[in-house]
Amino acid sequence: MSNLGFLARTALKDSRKNRGKLFMFMSSIILGIAALVAINSFNYNLVEDIDEQALSLMGADLVVNSNRKIPENILDTLATLPGETASEIELFSMAYLPRIDETQFMRIKALEGDFPFYGKLKTEPADAHDIIKNGRYALVDEGMMLQYNLVVGDEIRLGNAFFEIGARLKNTFGAAGITSAFAPAVYISKEHIPVTDLVQPGSLLDYSLFYKLPKDYPIDQWKADRRKTFRNENVRVETLEDQKEDLEEAFSGLNYFLNLVALVSLLLGCIGVASSVFIYVKTKIPSIAVFRCLGMKGTQAFMIYFLQIVVLGLIGVVIGATLGSAIQVLIPMILTDLLPFEVQMGISWKAIFEGVFIGLIITILFALLPLVSIRNISPLRTLRASDDGEQKRDSLVYVIGVLILLSIFFFLWRLTAEPMTGLAFTGGLAIAFLLLFLVARFIMWAVKKFLPKQWNFVFRQGLSNLFRPNNQTQTLLVSIGLGTAVLTTLFIIQGLILENVSGMDAGNQPNIVLYGIESKQNDEVIKITKEHDMPILQNVPIVTMKVEGWKGKSKKEWQADTTQNTRFWAANREARVSYRDTLDKGELLIRGVMPGPPSTSNDSILISVDEGWARGLQVDIGDEIVWNVQGTRMKTYIAAIRKIEFKSMQTRFFVVFPTGVLEEAPQFQVMVTKSPDNETTAKFRSAIGRTFSNVSVIDLQSILVALNDILDKVSYIIKFMAAFSILTGLIVLISSLLLSKFQRIKEAVLLRTIGASRSQILKINATEYALLGSLSAATGILLALIGGYLLAKFQLELDFNIQWIPIFFVFLFVVALTVIIGMLNTREVVSKSPLEVLRKEVG
Amino acid sequence: MEYEAAKDDILQVENLSKTYRSGSNDLTVLQNVSFAINAGESVSIVGPSGSGKTTLLGLCAGLDKPTEGRVKLCGKHIVNLTEDQRAAIRNESVGFIFQNFQLIPTLTALENVMIPLELQGASGVKKISSDLLERVGLGERLDHYPSQLSGGEQQRVSLARAFCNAPKILFADEPTGNLDEDTSHGVESLLFDLNKEKGTTLIIVTHDLELAQKTNRIIKLRGGHVVEDNSTVKAEIQ
Ligand SMILES: Nc1ncnc2c1ncn2[C@@H]1O[C@H](COP(=O)(O)OP(=O)(O)OP(=O)(O)O)[C@@H](O)[C@H]1O
Ligand SMILES: [Mg+2]
Repeated sequence: MSNLGFLARTALKDSRKNRGKLFMFMSSIILGIAALVAINSFNYNLVEDIDEQALSLMGADLVVNSNRKIPENILDTLATLPGETASEIELFSMAYLPRIDETQFMRIKALEGDFPFYGKLKTEPADAHDIIKNGRYALVDEGMMLQYNLVVGDEIRLGNAFFEIGARLKNTFGAAGITSAFAPAVYISKEHIPVTDLVQPGSLLDYSLFYKLPKDYPIDQWKADRRKTFRNENVRVETLEDQKEDLEEAFSGLNYFLNLVALVSLLLGCIGVASSVFIYVKTKIPSIAVFRCLGMKGTQAFMIYFLQIVVLGLIGVVIGATLGSAIQVLIPMILTDLLPFEVQMGISWKAIFEGVFIGLIITILFALLPLVSIRNISPLRTLRASDDGEQKRDSLVYVIGVLILLSIFFFLWRLTAEPMTGLAFTGGLAIAFLLLFLVARFIMWAVKKFLPKQWNFVFRQGLSNLFRPNNQTQTLLVSIGLGTAVLTTLFIIQGLILENVSGMDAGNQPNIVLYGIESKQNDEVIKITKEHDMPILQNVPIVTMKVEGWKGKSKKEWQADTTQNTRFWAANREARVSYRDTLDKGELLIRGVMPGPPSTSNDSILISVDEGWARGLQVDIGDEIVWNVQGTRMKTYIAAIRKIEFKSMQTRFFVVFPTGVLEEAPQFQVMVTKSPDNETTAKFRSAIGRTFSNVSVIDLQSILVALNDILDKVSYIIKFMAAFSILTGLIVLISSLLLSKFQRIKEAVLLRTIGASRSQILKINATEYALLGSLSAATGILLALIGGYLLAKFQLELDFNIQWIPIFFVFLFVVALTVIIGMLNTREVVSKSPLEVLRKEVG
Repeated sequence: MEYEAAKDDILQVENLSKTYRSGSNDLTVLQNVSFAINAGESVSIVGPSGSGKTTLLGLCAGLDKPTEGRVKLCGKHIVNLTEDQRAAIRNESVGFIFQNFQLIPTLTALENVMIPLELQGASGVKKISSDLLERVGLGERLDHYPSQLSGGEQQRVSLARAFCNAPKILFADEPTGNLDEDTSHGVESLLFDLNKEKGTTLIIVTHDLELAQKTNRIIKLRGGHVVEDNSTVKAEIQ
């Protein structure tokens, strides 16, 4: 480019009187970039912290874990590993607190060895974690001790054994998640497990082995080589890498939404940039024509304005990145309780660099769209302002359009890691754009054609502003419409997510589960429940058994067969089986019929199983399954496949026997009930606890509360981030509208000079803006409904239903905003003398 | 009417026609216009409103393309040049004055005047430009924006801008149309001084017969045709 210096100087001079205006063009990009940088910074910091802290969260290099005793062959395999080991049995049971006469469902963790190898069990008094090795001491969850006013030295009974509370426990190892809300942790030494007498058939048990390996031991390779063995025995083996992946995975859903918000803000910002640059260029046409007349080349004229846009774009993007870096500090504050550790928030240069880079490219591309037309502005315009129409389309516009689509596609691809999703989104955006454009064209055509001639002047004037030369119908319809569409989609999706989330807490869900009731205790438990005026919502027997074989082969034989890709979890887990002859509510019969009791003792036993369970074993109706019911072999055939809905809180059974088979087998009962309030719950729990120490009373209320708490936080974040997009949308709206005034101002002034009254001019403009606003909003909302439906159905897999009220408010809001800002624009014209305005704006 | 071009013609127009197409009906604004103008001449184009004067001027200066015919400006046939090539010729050899001044509102008076030279990448631009502004009597107003100047002052800035690249040919579309008598005379004398001192060819579109009289030659348009031409007209008047 020849004499760039001159162009730069001219760009600088030319921008002098417009800098405020120009800045408004770029301001819409700021929040988009801010959101992008904030979210990316948070992500990068999170990943970094996960990498740093995974080891001390896991406490070991390798954790082997199973819900039954680790099988011998696995132990043999593990024996080849060098390094130190430790082990743990985790079980859930009621604890009794004699001093205050309370019972509490707890997660008992019985340790052996020097676990954790990394990080430590934090206690109060400090460093008291080893006390459990010295005798019958327990480390008890701090939160629970505070709740019951327990002190160190108090007694706690676990099963049949008494322990002294040795210290308060401030943290635990292993996935606790939501269970910590209803089952606080207590650590004891594994050697005391026998005296508690808690390991019984049907107990909720979990066995873990921990390994501390030499540095740089290739554990992931080691694990990969033995994957099949572990899978066959249904043993979970987790390495540090797995742990990191799990942690990252846990946040990916949230991330996905946050990234979407960032993208939406960015796109809105870009639409704002494109439409305001478009208007800016229009106001510059006379100047450009003069430049051309004086012998400036098309590309030179283009460069003058391109330079302005690039510099301002860069400023906007940098401000956005700075703002984003500041905001990211807030995210972990909101998320504290959701994160398993404290996320260190620092400036992430990677995120900033990425944000500036992506932002600048996408801003420039969008700005180029209107800018390239500068090259074709004819110098003839100095002699006569010609129509826009005669200008031929620049083929470069199409190239840029394609580049924009490509860059959006790549960005989305990177975001969702799926090219198809990226393609679908990009296509959707392009279609939306096209649709809005066509609607604008249609409106212009229709208004021109059907303009009622007999209406009064003011109204006709307002309407015909929609199609006359210099109209802003296309610009505003596309930018307001797209803005509204994106915002409304966000609203719809946010509503769907929140609704889905809150659907889980329904007022009449059962909130208490009694587990491990012995058959002989059942009647008494029912009596106590009724005494507390609580309903028996479910009272079913449970028999524990194991799968021995199916379809004519034993489990061993199946496992030896490497050609099969059976998933063995269904066969390996200890099955908790109930018996009844009917479908439960919340169950759906998919195939076959629910079997009844065998009529003679020689009859085959017909059972029903869950769909997923059947898929895991690759069995179907008519297939044989052999069970080991605590020593007794029992041959059964599948007669029905059921589907279980997990939405309400009931005990679910993968396998159901008919009546008349298991009545004499060793079994216990589960009961589900509902307590009206916390007081009743407390009374009921201690009444049961006093009578039957073996019965676990699980208070689901606390789970619901904890769950709601988390959901509240999540929805708060969703709202917070969505506010970003909404704000960007507003800025876009406002700046498009404010800029549009430069298009109408000359006309209004002339009308005023001719003698139009203030109110006439206001009415003319109100008509125009109201029509533009409502048409844009309506088209945008229509697009959002389609987009939201597709998103919900195919991307998020949520049920689609709409709350019309917020959408209606969006509509009203957009229309009102359009009209109000339009009016404010006009007010400036009507309140000042025409001469002043003409000199200033037209000059 | 055929016209034989002389060697030192600076502008040569051959069979020029311009037709505007609007919808189904064509409007022929100029038809078979031919003339040639020598370097150093001063010519006025007169005619009733709508006769095609502005259109002719635009075609001569290469701001627009004719429907038919050729225009040779400063030795180059400009009709088939690209827009940028024509821009280069304008920048080098052509000056413009518009009825409505056409100053760039975001630039000061001085900066407006500087543009053509800056485009050439010339040096000493500021000095030349401020001297010119001084000459048109605006030495005190260099840093004022167009909106801060009166109509006559704006027109003088536009004159200074048209002069600053020392054009070989200067086009003016009703340069005094918006000005009062005194200011008009000022602008006129500036124009003719330039013509005499530097030999700049002047082509002025005007309704002002008095101004037309001062040029060597008058071309009269009516309904898109040249109805009178030549210094002969002028001679008769004199
Ligand atoms: N883009 C266009 N489309 C259709 N007709 C046009 C267009 N531009 C100019 N005309 C017509 O061409 C004719 C000549 O216009 P031109 O501006 O050259 O007239 P003029 O001689 O300069 O008039 P005036 O003295 O009023 O300035 C006019 O009748 C005008 O209506
Ligand atoms: Mg004219």
